[in-house]
Amino acid sequence: MTALRDTWYLTGRRLRNFSRQPWNIALTLAQPIIYLLLFGALFKRIVELPGFGNQSYLTYLTPGIVAVSALYTGGWLGVSLVLDLERGVLDRFLVSPVSRSALIAGQLIQTSLMTAIQSIILIGLGWAVGARFPGGAAQAGAMIVAAMLLTAGFGALSCATAIVIRQQESIIGMNQMLLLPMTFASTIFIARELMPGWMQQVARVNPLDWAVEASRVADGASVDWSLVLSRTGLLLALAIAAAWLATRSFRVYQRAI
Amino acid sequence: MTMTLTAPAGAGPASPTAAPAIEARGLTKTYGKDVRALDGLSFRVEAGTVFALLGPNGAGKSTAVKILTTLSRADDGEATVAGFDVRREPERVRRAIGYVSQKPALDPEATGRENLTLQGRVYGLGGAELRGRVDELLERNGLSGAADRVTSAWSGGMQRKLDVTMGLVHRPLVLFLDEPTTGLDPEARAELWGEITRLARDEGITILLTTHYLDEADRLAGRLAIVDHGRLVVEGAPEQLKSALHGDTIRIELDRPSEAETTRARAALESVAGVSGVVAQDGVVRARAIRGAAAVPAALAALEAAGVPVAAATVARPTLDDVYLRYAGRSFQHDEDGAAR
Repeated sequence: MTALRDTWYLTGRRLRNFSRQPWNIALTLAQPIIYLLLFGALFKRIVELPGFGNQSYLTYLTPGIVAVSALYTGGWLGVSLVLDLERGVLDRFLVSPVSRSALIAGQLIQTSLMTAIQSIILIGLGWAVGARFPGGAAQAGAMIVAAMLLTAGFGALSCATAIVIRQQESIIGMNQMLLLPMTFASTIFIARELMPGWMQQVARVNPLDWAVEASRVADGASVDWSLVLSRTGLLLALAIAAAWLATRSFRVYQRAI
Repeated sequence: MTMTLTAPAGAGPASPTAAPAIEARGLTKTYGKDVRALDGLSFRVEAGTVFALLGPNGAGKSTAVKILTTLSRADDGEATVAGFDVRREPERVRRAIGYVSQKPALDPEATGRENLTLQGRVYGLGGAELRGRVDELLERNGLSGAADRVTSAWSGGMQRKLDVTMGLVHRPLVLFLDEPTTGLDPEARAELWGEITRLARDEGITILLTTHYLDEADRLAGRLAIVDHGRLVVEGAPEQLKSALHGDTIRIELDRPSEAETTRARAALESVAGVSGVVAQDGVVRARAIRGAAAVPAALAALEAAGVPVAAATVARPTLDDVYLRYAGRSFQHDEDGAAR
């Protein structure tokens, strides 16, 4: 119960700080919007190849961009924790009776809500430039939920890195080493059939690809709920495991100082 | 061990008169392979008193505070705070203590009121009680006017005040202040000194503060411990430590601070009865005398006889500075002896 109460207050702290600078969200959207517009135009005719189904490239690409945006939002989360560490705010919480899991959960909930807002903006923007969503509101809902879970999972991993290594550089390094290859070893830009065989295998275990799979609906079809449930289930499991890891990492930190 | 001294499980914190508020026994902490921050530190703090850990930077003071506040863990040794074992009952220790770290630990994007309110909430306070407590603390520290501005816009002195206030929201039994006045201007320092004294006197809070300012320890602490290289060098009341130095400090400035003059001056002073511990450096000769005022004329006569002109001579009651030099110096000697053996 205390953990829930603490989570509520700590999420409130993050949301309040976010509400003081709501335009920050525009900065986080710059990269996905550039991806959407540039790749959308660059690879427009790629859908003439087999494997994309009978749909426009923007329709294919938009769910992928929503997922990539979610991945990066999660990946950068550790930076705010490093700032709390450097300011001593985290130490103050750690000598208080506050629940350790709430320290992580508060961050994950706030960031996932950010991702929901970003996703809605990107879906709207994609639609405005010509993407279509055959699954309608259900597809949009699945897209947003998958994106939020992906953010939570990688947000927790980013927090764990932040707590153990305690340097902003380590977060930047992790993002470059991990997130960029993940982005390209996925079906975000290109249909699975067109990928080299080994890359197809990598994509199968790529959480980013799970989110994309849960977000796409073939032309003329409706939402495949068993696919959505299995992929969001995997993402949820990842988020829970990573959040547990991040909570445990406070012990590593407290032993090291 | 003496664990039986602690309050029984389920009872409130130990009553202020019985057990010590803080007891550390043989705390040891090593960072990495060979940085030994604490090397068997032991001390006791009686409830309701102000206790200072005094020592240079890197002496291990902050490490001791981190262990006692459950932020960090000792490699070895035991400690109880408010009657609870820091290793086995960290949750109970955390409810009983307030902690103010070396640097202000504020959320710069939140207002002063929001910082204080969140701090109260993580200790389970809420509703009208918390609102009242926050208002009271802001008012008492002259922060009401700025309370609804984000703290990043506050002055350093105001941030420090809020910082100390945040350690008090939940009415802790024991308050830890790690270098509370470092970096403060003299006015803000004097104000904080007043507040620390008031907290111990009027609210009965036990306060452990660390400092590398001798005047601060002298002024605030009922008892103090000098810590050096992670060990306790000496412990006692400031007055007691000063009077244990036996006598006054005589300081003589030479007119011609050459090496030859200094050597002659030292030899001359060492021959004077009732004068001991003569040290000379940069044309200044210092010595200890049981009755300084009586020893000065004899010392000056001896110097005149030796043909050493004197520029100035002063007598002073021993300060904590003298205590520190005396004991920290002896401690180094001990370390060297220990290493040679």
